[in-house]
Amino acid sequence: MRMLKNNQKVDNQTQMASPAEARKKAFDLRSISRYQSLIILGGLFVVFATLSNRFVTPGNLWTILRQSSVNLCLAIGMTYVILTGGIDLSVGSILGFSGAVAAKLLKYGLSLTAFGVVLQFGVMGASIIALIVGLATGLLNGLIITVFSVPPFVATLGTMTAVRGFIMLWTKGYPITKLGETFDFIGSGWILGVPTPVWIAGVITVVASVFLRFTRFGRYVYAVGGNERAAVLSGVNAKRTKLITYMISGFLAAVAGLIVTARLDSAQPNAGLMYELDAIAAAVIGGASLSGGKGTIEGTIIGTLIIGVLNNGLVLTGVSPFWQQVAKGFIIIAAVIAERIGKGRE
Amino acid sequence: MDDTMGEAKIILEAKNITKTFPGVVAVNDVSFAVKEGTVTAIVGENGAGKSTLMKILAGVYPDYVGKIFLKGKEVHFKNPREAINAGIVLIPQELDLVPNLTVMENIHLGREPLDFWGFVNYRKMYTETKDLLSRVRLRIDPKKKVQDLSTGQQQLVAIAKALAIQAMIIIMDEPTSAISEKEIENLFEIVRNLRQQGKAILYISHKLDEIFAIADEIMIMRDGKLVARGDIKDFSYDDVVRFMVGRSIEQFYVKGQSEIRDEVLRVENMSVLDPDKEDLIVDNVSFSVRKGEVLGVYGLIGAGRTELMEAIFGFHHPSRVRGDVLIEGKRVSIRTPADAIKAGIGYVPEDRKLSGLILQLTVLLNFSLPNLKNLSRFGFIRMNQEKDLAHEYVKKLGIKTTSLNQLVENLSGGNQQKVVLAKWLALRPKVLLLDEPTRGIDVNAKSELYSLISELAKTGLGIVLVSSELPEVLAMSDRIMVMSEGKKTAEFTREEASEEKLLKAAIPRSFRLVSASS
Repeated sequence: MRMLKNNQKVDNQTQMASPAEARKKAFDLRSISRYQSLIILGGLFVVFATLSNRFVTPGNLWTILRQSSVNLCLAIGMTYVILTGGIDLSVGSILGFSGAVAAKLLKYGLSLTAFGVVLQFGVMGASIIALIVGLATGLLNGLIITVFSVPPFVATLGTMTAVRGFIMLWTKGYPITKLGETFDFIGSGWILGVPTPVWIAGVITVVASVFLRFTRFGRYVYAVGGNERAAVLSGVNAKRTKLITYMISGFLAAVAGLIVTARLDSAQPNAGLMYELDAIAAAVIGGASLSGGKGTIEGTIIGTLIIGVLNNGLVLTGVSPFWQQVAKGFIIIAAVIAERIGKGRE
Repeated sequence: MDDTMGEAKIILEAKNITKTFPGVVAVNDVSFAVKEGTVTAIVGENGAGKSTLMKILAGVYPDYVGKIFLKGKEVHFKNPREAINAGIVLIPQELDLVPNLTVMENIHLGREPLDFWGFVNYRKMYTETKDLLSRVRLRIDPKKKVQDLSTGQQQLVAIAKALAIQAMIIIMDEPTSAISEKEIENLFEIVRNLRQQGKAILYISHKLDEIFAIADEIMIMRDGKLVARGDIKDFSYDDVVRFMVGRSIEQFYVKGQSEIRDEVLRVENMSVLDPDKEDLIVDNVSFSVRKGEVLGVYGLIGAGRTELMEAIFGFHHPSRVRGDVLIEGKRVSIRTPADAIKAGIGYVPEDRKLSGLILQLTVLLNFSLPNLKNLSRFGFIRMNQEKDLAHEYVKKLGIKTTSLNQLVENLSGGNQQKVVLAKWLALRPKVLLLDEPTRGIDVNAKSELYSLISELAKTGLGIVLVSSELPEVLAMSDRIMVMSEGKKTAEFTREEASEEKLLKAAIPRSFRLVSASS
């Protein structure tokens, strides 16, 4: 039988606490599982710090954060989607597409052959169009899922494939490079001693966390994922709620696309390939349940950092990239098993 | 065959059985013995622990405390298969037959007779099934699909299945809850036959007439405890009721007099279309409720009561629903539950775990879900106001919870139901639709809920009480409407209504035809 779940922050309301609850707390070993992902993160940190003297340096730590910021954007959108009981496999493709859109508009503009003009775009204009593309793809996902009742896995598998195709059409299969210093700043710049991508991801994280926790929409996300039928019977518009989460996910994937493209100063047709898996992994390691209703932004941050530290540390310690994959895979499984064990015992 | 005359042998003995679920002790230190060739009735209110106890015997819940002896040997079944192999079969209320398979395939499911090559020997299956069906006096083609049978016939197929595996102990959970009188008689004849053959029958029911007609022994449960057992001849009808509810009926159902005023809800010509078939689940039903009135809606399973409530509440897609809803005389357009809530309707759904609550969320989050629109500004929730409101209603309804941050899955059934009620009452609705509000909660919580319903009616709320429990509808309603096969078949005032009249109006006509022809 299930007992207390670890994502519920029982911030101990004193006014109604009873002796029974206090007793329960005292021998509740499961509360450890609430911090399991934090413990894993700390453990990895210590291990890599011991194995490599280059691991704990300001430069490397900023690198970890900057590398993680792309996955964090995707993982936060993914967390919203997963909380409603859905999944979004298309974020990697959206990342690639929005990056390619921004890069091409920036470099070549948009030629409207019918009018015989070429529209030129600045960094701002190109970025906004790219973000709109992400938002629109998310909207498309949401419509397919809510209007036609297609399972999210299938719907986003379809858009994942189709959008990857659009990237190829858009770029004709070639990378678009040399995008200019201003654009470069999004990926490689520093503001007040912090890398730009970290700023972007940080702001997104704070906003996402506040929205999930303090708004009506955030409550609806948990309610729809927890029990859609009950949510609808409480007056929640479940379809709209789900639709919005896919739009958030698409939008944040586009943000990640801008960061990746700017960082590499190049839009690669293959950019973002398989990134959706890291995003799902981050959310799941952070305690999100794929059946919905359970998970937090804070957990996802830790999940993202675990993957980031793992990627970085394994490289620094000279582990082969193949073994990196193996390690990552097992950590995902281990995190979920630990959670199951945590709540499975009675 | 054992001789059924003389002293019957004890076949099964259970000692100090206890089973807990989070927040509730479902079975509490129960000991009893079952004899061969005996029908033992197990009675008790919903939530008394009857079904849980039987599921323990049948291996559904392996994690219980206590000892079970089968023919003197201790057993502890880890799953239903072990229990079946030992000769204990449970026929649940919701039959576990596969609807799209044939009768003979169902009866032999998992134990198909094979021929030399390992293929299913359908000829053998057919003849065996024919023989089994004749033992339960069911004259149908073994090749017929189960979904084409009436509920009563399906019941008999389930019994035939139990016979096929040489069951010694057959547990029947509410076998007559959805079958016609004629089918009940036939069932009883078969049960008597099985008794003759030395089988032990455990018969769960809360229909006392049936129990006095069929049982030899009786076990009465209340709040998980076995409160009385013995030879049924030593019990009177009143004794059984008293043991079941733990107090007299007058004290149990609290129905105050409230002033019945203007009409608050009127439903006109409501129909609901079945999404799969070209069939009406609810067929042209009209009714009204006045302020301060409790309208009982009675019917058997599948009568369309829940679908009617869901349609009023805007849960079904508008394309499937015909008819009008009027609140205080004004026509309202209800296309979604949000519209219904705005119009002043609250709905406590039939299955609180499935539809009423989000179990893994907290009391606070569940409570405030429909109230968030009133509790937020620019989409942001006013947390303090939310907590104050929740505290107010937790106190008002006497919800027992350690804190507002307790997960509702850890509350007892009665308290869970109060959370559902609380979230609607906080909206100050004009009409409250209650669908089986007392199902699966303990006797005391039930009584509390009844007095709460009365209180609410007194404040001028119009209440629709859907229930399949006759005593409950009769005791709590000012007026009662009966549904059968999607249609409204009768309406009685409190004074006119009786168990017999309600039942008669509730039994579907098609069942009567089927049983008459078979």
